[in-house]
Amino acid sequence: MKQLPSISYLTAIYLFFYIPIIVLIAYSFNQAQYSLVWHGFSTRWYQELFSDADLWTAVWHSLFLGMCAATSAMCIGGLTAICLYRYSFFGRKLLYGLIFILILSPDIVMGISLLILFSLLQVTLGFWSLLLAHITFCIPFVVVTVYSRIISFDEYIFEAAKDLGAKDTVILTRIILPLLWPALLAGWLLSFTLSIDDVIISYFVAGPDFEILPLKIYSMVRLGVKPEINALCAVTFGLTLLLVIISQLSLRKKP
Amino acid sequence: MTNNIIELRGVSKSIHGNDILYDLNLEVRNGEFLTLLGPSGCGKTTLLRLISGFEFPTTGQVLINGKDVNGLAPHLRHVHTVFQSYALFPHMSVFENVAFGLRCQKLPKNEIDTRVNEVLKTVKLEKYANRKPEQLSGGQQQRVAIARAVVNRPLVLLLDEPLSSLDYRLRKTMQIELKQLQRKLGITFIFVTHDQEEALSMSDRVVVMHEGCIEQIGTPRQVYEEPQNLVVAKFIGEANIFDSEITAIDGKQLTVNIQGQERKIKCNREFAIGQKVHILVRPEDLRVWGQAEVEDSKNMYPGVVEEVIYKGTTVDLMVRLANGQLVGATEFFDEDDEKLEYAIGERVWATWLSGWEVVLPHETA
Amino acid sequence: MKQHDDGTLKYSSLGIIWLWLIVFALLPFCLVALASFASHDDAHLLSFPLTLANYAELNNSVYLRIFKQSFYIAGTCTMICLLLGYPFAYIIARIRSRYKSFLTLLIVIPFWTSSLIRTYSMITMLKPKGIISSILMWLGIIDKPLPLLFTDTSVMIGLVYNLLPFMVLPLLTNIERLDHRLVDAARDLGANRFTTFRRVILPLTMPGIISGCILVFLPAMTIFYIPDLLGGSKSILLGNLIQNQFLVAQNWPLGSAISVVFTLILAIMILIYWRTMGKKDHREFL
Repeated sequence: MKQLPSISYLTAIYLFFYIPIIVLIAYSFNQAQYSLVWHGFSTRWYQELFSDADLWTAVWHSLFLGMCAATSAMCIGGLTAICLYRYSFFGRKLLYGLIFILILSPDIVMGISLLILFSLLQVTLGFWSLLLAHITFCIPFVVVTVYSRIISFDEYIFEAAKDLGAKDTVILTRIILPLLWPALLAGWLLSFTLSIDDVIISYFVAGPDFEILPLKIYSMVRLGVKPEINALCAVTFGLTLLLVIISQLSLRKKP
Repeated sequence: MTNNIIELRGVSKSIHGNDILYDLNLEVRNGEFLTLLGPSGCGKTTLLRLISGFEFPTTGQVLINGKDVNGLAPHLRHVHTVFQSYALFPHMSVFENVAFGLRCQKLPKNEIDTRVNEVLKTVKLEKYANRKPEQLSGGQQQRVAIARAVVNRPLVLLLDEPLSSLDYRLRKTMQIELKQLQRKLGITFIFVTHDQEEALSMSDRVVVMHEGCIEQIGTPRQVYEEPQNLVVAKFIGEANIFDSEITAIDGKQLTVNIQGQERKIKCNREFAIGQKVHILVRPEDLRVWGQAEVEDSKNMYPGVVEEVIYKGTTVDLMVRLANGQLVGATEFFDEDDEKLEYAIGERVWATWLSGWEVVLPHETA
Repeated sequence: MKQHDDGTLKYSSLGIIWLWLIVFALLPFCLVALASFASHDDAHLLSFPLTLANYAELNNSVYLRIFKQSFYIAGTCTMICLLLGYPFAYIIARIRSRYKSFLTLLIVIPFWTSSLIRTYSMITMLKPKGIISSILMWLGIIDKPLPLLFTDTSVMIGLVYNLLPFMVLPLLTNIERLDHRLVDAARDLGANRFTTFRRVILPLTMPGIISGCILVFLPAMTIFYIPDLLGGSKSILLGNLIQNQFLVAQNWPLGSAISVVFTLILAIMILIYWRTMGKKDHREFL
């Protein structure tokens, strides 16, 4: 029975991870408005949630922003990873270091630095400032995901392709992209999730005209616990779950 | 027009200030199977990359088919490479892999189909056209890599240690297959290896390289039996080396002093009296006799058996000679010599038939 | 047949990347550094002349206390996460079961779930009439609701709850890569469990430990919404201070100065780590 302590330890940690979320989801179906006592099953908070037009706007804003940011970050980050791997150029180490620093630099510092930049350039805070910020903090994560995949390739396949007469563009479209798409997809999903979840950076660069979901949730939560937020959190959690499972499946099957 | 498909004239190469190759001259004849042989780090792969166009020489010229190819990209040289790891495109089928080069040339589809099928038939892979590389065995992957290169009808095929990742038995089979394929295709092969046995058994000519220099170019027989210097002798096959001095010269007959005994040796090289030399004897040429078998011990050297290694068809003996030198001898089982059972510690006589030795000038180091 | 396209792709992509990183990463960081020397007045967010006054202002017991407290809280949180996470990651990594990928997925999910939502879920747990208090009261351990929320403890619980996955995942990947035959070899050579752990397992999983600690320590100092939602009025971390200077007090120069000092301290810590680790495996971290 040597395993018993291990199993109980695992269980304890998993309970620590999941009980708050499960409780949250359970309460989202609670009939009661203020009390935490169970007053019976109800979907009224979901109904209220779905009829909240402001909230829906925020959701669409977030999804749209996430998709734009993820797609741009995937393109730029993917190219960066490919360049870092394939070419030797002046400042390669510097680029590598800069990406490393970007990952390590605290969100809040990135948030204020972009805020200063946007106010100096007189960019109105709103969709564009958010998009630029989100692309910036997603790029390094895409680079890392794609780069760690690309270094697992046999480096000679690129030489072989060149030897057989493939031009750079052909190598990119016929060799690199087909081999890299799982990593690119993973990078996209990663960026999308980062963008959807980000509070700290968005907090600094968001404007009043373009409300996004995390900030909306934040302001609702600050105003107090309302069952509607439970429902919102439950839905968001469900969506995250779906994304995680998709990305895990796409990474698992390695061609 | 010369018969040389590739010529290297005074080629040297340094990378990041390190000299990799020094002033090489090499002529590759059309249609031959040429092997670049040398220990790892001797520059043979770099030499191959100079020919394939992945690197450019620091000085000197590379001529392919009589044309200076300096600055010409790899695919414009009519030379293709089979990589050590094969470098097959993992996401493409065998057919797609082979067709890749032709697609890059934008040839019409039916021509691509015919040529790919033809070459797949040559390498006996027509049944596997739709498989992915990962579904093939090592030997089959190897053949795909060759097919992918030869389908472009190169003048020369460069093979960079293509057999090194195969296991021993498969390597033997592939050696024969490669040789047959080369004859069938009639393409010049330049083959890189560090395995001397592989080099000797496959090549028309062998180029022995050491530390960025070409030490000897010759047929397998020449490099084995008439090595030009100690490096070649030591790298190709085992060798017992006796240090000695020339005491007399009579035409082509030299008298040398080995371990305190005079010995007469025939040699074509020019030497001077008093010159120090190395006498090289291959283990299979060294004969070992038991005490009882010997009556006349002239030209024989006493020693003690230190190790007996039974190898099936042969017995390898390590014999410590009177002056402390350890020599190796490979004895073949044959019916004339029944006594092949030596005991460790047994006193024996070692000798060789005159004329089977090689005399080389003394080299320090 | 001559081709000139070889450089185009390379230089255009490099151009985009460099342009992006310079405009949106390098330039803004320089601007923060510059802003930290700017003067503060009510009409402008940033103005001349350049001054050292902001840094002088930081040498004030209030700010020093926040700095100290932030490092203390983040450090404690990192230690707790490491102590909880290491055995957890080790057990998962060593499991030979068909449920293993499922168990791994169960760690990945909280990693990806919005930390705001998870913080919020903690409120429900910790509230005076929340689950924990209710259960404890029902069990008869306490007789009136426990004031868990809005204390330093609740901030700590919230931080650990949020950041534990960031410790576990790097550890897990690192321990999984550990060749278990080495452990067997150590045991075979006569090392006891403790020696094996200290001399073999620990050094080999050091990169995982370090990256886990970095991933926990950095956000722990700056997630301003956790103290904001779970902490009392006294629980203020560096993140809250910076956010406050920028968005509430509108004192950008001071906020910038705090950020610069904060970044410098972090940079020095990472440099020390690099020096001691022989800077060989920052690739490992990535």
